[in-house]
Amino acid sequence: MTTQARPRGRALLVASVVLVASLALGLMAGAAGIAPRAIALALLDRLPLVSVHSGLSPVEEGLLFQLRVPRVLLAAVVGGLLATAGAGYQGVFRNPLADPYLLGAAAGAGLTVTLVVVFLGGDAGVAGVPVAAFAGAVGGVFLAYALGHTAGRGGGTATLVLAGVAVTSFLTAIQTFVQQLKVEELQRIYSWILGDVGGGWDQLRMIAPYAVVSTVVMLLHGRLLDVLSVGDEEAVSLGLRAARVRFVVLLAASLATASAVAVSGLIAFVGIVVPHVVRRLAGWSYRIVLPLSFLGGAAFLVLADTIARTVLAPAELPIGVVTAFVGAPFFVTVLRVTRRVET
Amino acid sequence: MSGHAVPAVEARGVGVTLGGRRVLTDVTLSAAPGQWLAVIGPNGAGKSTLLRAVAGLIPKEGEVLVEGTAVDDLRPRRRARLIAYAPQSPALPPDMTVYDYALLGRTPYIPYLGSESARDREVTRSVLERLDLDGFASRPLGHLSGGERQRVVLARALVQQAPVLLLDEPTTALDLGHQQQVLELVDRLRLADDLTVVTTLHDLSLAAQYADALVLLASGRAVAAGPPARVLAEPLLTEHFGARVRVEPGPDGRPLVHLVRPSISSMMEEA
Repeated sequence: MTTQARPRGRALLVASVVLVASLALGLMAGAAGIAPRAIALALLDRLPLVSVHSGLSPVEEGLLFQLRVPRVLLAAVVGGLLATAGAGYQGVFRNPLADPYLLGAAAGAGLTVTLVVVFLGGDAGVAGVPVAAFAGAVGGVFLAYALGHTAGRGGGTATLVLAGVAVTSFLTAIQTFVQQLKVEELQRIYSWILGDVGGGWDQLRMIAPYAVVSTVVMLLHGRLLDVLSVGDEEAVSLGLRAARVRFVVLLAASLATASAVAVSGLIAFVGIVVPHVVRRLAGWSYRIVLPLSFLGGAAFLVLADTIARTVLAPAELPIGVVTAFVGAPFFVTVLRVTRRVET
Repeated sequence: MSGHAVPAVEARGVGVTLGGRRVLTDVTLSAAPGQWLAVIGPNGAGKSTLLRAVAGLIPKEGEVLVEGTAVDDLRPRRRARLIAYAPQSPALPPDMTVYDYALLGRTPYIPYLGSESARDREVTRSVLERLDLDGFASRPLGHLSGGERQRVVLARALVQQAPVLLLDEPTTALDLGHQQQVLELVDRLRLADDLTVVTTLHDLSLAAQYADALVLLASGRAVAAGPPARVLAEPLLTEHFGARVRVEPGPDGRPLVHLVRPSISSMMEEA
């Protein structure tokens, strides 16, 4: 009968194909002009039990596997995490305007990164950025949650959002103050904020466990977020511990956000727009919105990064600029097209 | 009301304080299996709060028993298999389909991280057929009329397969014909499935028509309880609703409540 479970398989297949295509595009595009066929052969060669000769020089091989492959993968992981976290936040708050930075993750990370860059300085500062960003993001969310919990007797979501707003402006104020003390570091801080996914295998390895756990937990809660969508009281009357579900999803989404922020800065737009586009195209159910957001977010950020490093090659645009510049018109187009279909 | 049978649902000494305000004090109610109990009372008397307290949705004093079992200590999923609840204005996500919404009623039967079984789908399908909603199954909730929405909410509650059904003002915002349709439907289902129904109803004549027993709430206390003919007494209604009414027996013996417009002369006297 009529349920949204049916078109699920096909939508996932389409999204996977789109992701694979964008990964391929991301690997091929670049300043060094390596032949696509050679890239395909070199990748095949890496598979167990397969041995083919790609014809790549050692330098080209190093460029492919030490720069491009990790870069494309990191973009995919970060995009997937941000979009899934955005969808999770939207489900928890039952608010389509919620995004992964709603509860102070961005402000927390912004502050700690500023502190590390300003006070450690130099190479030590650069090396400390991912850890500082991760800790700051987690700390910001924790602060907002603790504040919202003590302020709101009922533990409602509205108080939590307000607490997020308060924490964000408070931490941003401190960050601005610290920046004023050392204006010469401003450029470095801003280029971190605008985003970068060139961190390589080390950073990919660093966030892998958090990325996997948080994504799996969020994907498993799709049905329960659907139950929450009829409101807390009804969800409770249906036997759901609504507060617990919300807490678990919030925790996982915040962990995903912190992981993404740690290795990519504060890339805007992905977390709010991708789930919306997915919802427009594939329906309301979080069982489909969450996995499609992951695949769609991954593809989107890989493409955005590909554009960022090719349009002005050899110069690179900040990826956050591309996501907003390309994403905003795309979003408006999807809104217009799907509205026309509806009426 | 048979005195010796275990009541299907019973609330003892229920008290509720919301945001520092005392809303209910020592309310006791009891409904026999298969009975329809209506909670009546003036605006702000605490009718909806009483239903939410019985459903276990808000913190309260006192205890609630279903078929003799205290439900307050039960795990939420267990309790949801005994008591189904439909709020006065349920949140209906506009894009969700009627089928998927009704299917949510199976939540208490699905393990935390599990998904719906074939039986869950079967139960949902048969309830939709019974309520003549099978043609609506794939329609989004946002495209329903008031009467259809009420039936869909009822379907979700029935899919829950609980012996006790709590309905908060099931006829709000419905016109006369649809009010009758919904209440007739509830009554038919009650008789067919031996459900115990507890509703709040602000329309006293409707309450008298459909309910076997009434509880009159005023300022958070149960001030009268019993069969409609006893609770709907003119002095009680005048005292607690502040209304001039005439109560007379209808053709089937159930009381009808009429508003009486004060005559000019009596208004002059009062002034």
